[in-house]
Amino acid sequence: MEKKWNKSTIAGWQFVLWPSLIIMLFSFYPMIQSLLLSFQSGKGTVYSFVGLKNYVRLFSDPMFRQAVSNTLLYLVIQVPIMLFLGLIIAYFLNMPGLRFKGFYRTAIFLPCVTSLVSYAVLFKSIFSVDGILNRMLMSIHLVSEPVGWLTDPLWARIVIILAITWRWTGYNMIFYLSAMQNIDPSVYEAASIDGASKTRQFFSITTPMLKPIILFTAIISTNGTLQLFDEVVNITNGGPGNSTMTISNYIYNLSFVYTPNFGYAATVSYAIVIMVAVLAFLQLKVGGEKD
Amino acid sequence: MSKLNKSVIHFFLIIASVISLFPFVWMLIGMTNTSSDIVKGKFSFGSSFSDNVSHLFGSTNLGQAFWNSALIAVVGTLLTLLLSSIAGYGFEIYRTKGKDRLFGILMLSMMMPFAAIMIPLFRMFSKFGILNTPVAVILPTITTAFMIFFFMQNTKSFPRELLQAGRVDGLGELRLFTKVYMPTMKPTYAAAAIITFMSNWNNFLWPLIALQSQDKKTLPLIVSSLASSYNPDYGMIMVSIVITTLPTVLIFFLLQKQFVQGMLGSVK
Repeated sequence: MEKKWNKSTIAGWQFVLWPSLIIMLFSFYPMIQSLLLSFQSGKGTVYSFVGLKNYVRLFSDPMFRQAVSNTLLYLVIQVPIMLFLGLIIAYFLNMPGLRFKGFYRTAIFLPCVTSLVSYAVLFKSIFSVDGILNRMLMSIHLVSEPVGWLTDPLWARIVIILAITWRWTGYNMIFYLSAMQNIDPSVYEAASIDGASKTRQFFSITTPMLKPIILFTAIISTNGTLQLFDEVVNITNGGPGNSTMTISNYIYNLSFVYTPNFGYAATVSYAIVIMVAVLAFLQLKVGGEKD
Repeated sequence: MSKLNKSVIHFFLIIASVISLFPFVWMLIGMTNTSSDIVKGKFSFGSSFSDNVSHLFGSTNLGQAFWNSALIAVVGTLLTLLLSSIAGYGFEIYRTKGKDRLFGILMLSMMMPFAAIMIPLFRMFSKFGILNTPVAVILPTITTAFMIFFFMQNTKSFPRELLQAGRVDGLGELRLFTKVYMPTMKPTYAAAAIITFMSNWNNFLWPLIALQSQDKKTLPLIVSSLASSYNPDYGMIMVSIVITTLPTVLIFFLLQKQFVQGMLGSVK
């Protein structure tokens, strides 16, 4: 191809130049900085290279292990539940002739417009020991004494999972619903004539046809969950006893709550980088396979 | 579909709707109750609304926080729209191998966790001396690969004949963008504006790091600090949550179509 540096070629590069430089400056440059920082240690403004010391510390740091296992627990349990729920709700809402569709869709989507901090604080008040949920559960005799939702390590983790599911199920549902509306209805008609039940159709037609969008939502949800911060800080602040602490939460504490240690915090942050990269790669590998 | 199946589906969707709406109802009821009633789980309207409001405005500078949030969200959104659409337009209309490669590299930034970026950003901004200003909050958000991608996707359906016609009329390349592209793409801008505004308005982690003094804080920071105080007053917290949530809920109801388009726009 012949290269022509005419007006239009120059204009093209001018359009993309500044925005690209901004992304380089505020994303790529900090990423490199934090990689360099992860090999350093120090306080204040004086940092010196310590080689792999921070990375060695990572493997014997119980708090890091706890944060990683909490984050992975949220990921492994919450993301599949949420995506499956979103898929089922979208499937129901896409059924022809179902009444009150608009209401259901709006109601289930509404949590997505709340700020993460606001809904987290609402959940904190709903799940408090003397709170409304315990009161309701006790009044229908489902429990005999208040459940320590936020004081018991296991329940606290479950509350975090419930909270995220509440906030994001409708978001994923909208993606699925729009993809389902693009499926040709005659496919379902043909399946019905062949005697396939609705359940069968859901698993054998809808789900496979939505594979690309399910993959997309799985990747963004994984990415989001690995970076989970706002909810945990505002519902449990990592407690009780670090049992809900996430990796982002730990990085924040290392940098701004405990005696600042930016070097080690950067090392921990690269743990997320590696996890995001590996999981995205795996998901693309599994999801992208030809059937 | 059998009747039984249909009622099972309705039952399921009603439960899902009730769970989705409950925290909203809880927040509206809570706004009118005293803190101790909220903590005890009182589920009926009370008469403490005006007390809660006056406590909130008496103990925090909420008006200032609202203004800070609005300024950051609006200016941030305008800059994001301008820069991301210019780039999206450039990458799509003046498509070359080199630009495709550059865009591929920029896409990598979408996989970069913010936690890995925030410490160097914090140090960089403190060196510039702009920490604790709205500029510090806005700068890292003003172009994202995601928004550029969003504009690229939407530019695919932009009628290029309009550009040729504009060239014949003697418009320069920049003029083509401002006089032809921008007006034609209004719906795309609207959709992008809504989702960008929402994410700026609701942003928490970066403002938490970048803003220290009380008078610079945004609404989510105020809500969070009220709720994490030693003896939180839930009455006024509920009011602050309603004030924080109201603008985004209103935008959602008024511009639902654009909102959903904005969300889905990148996967078309």
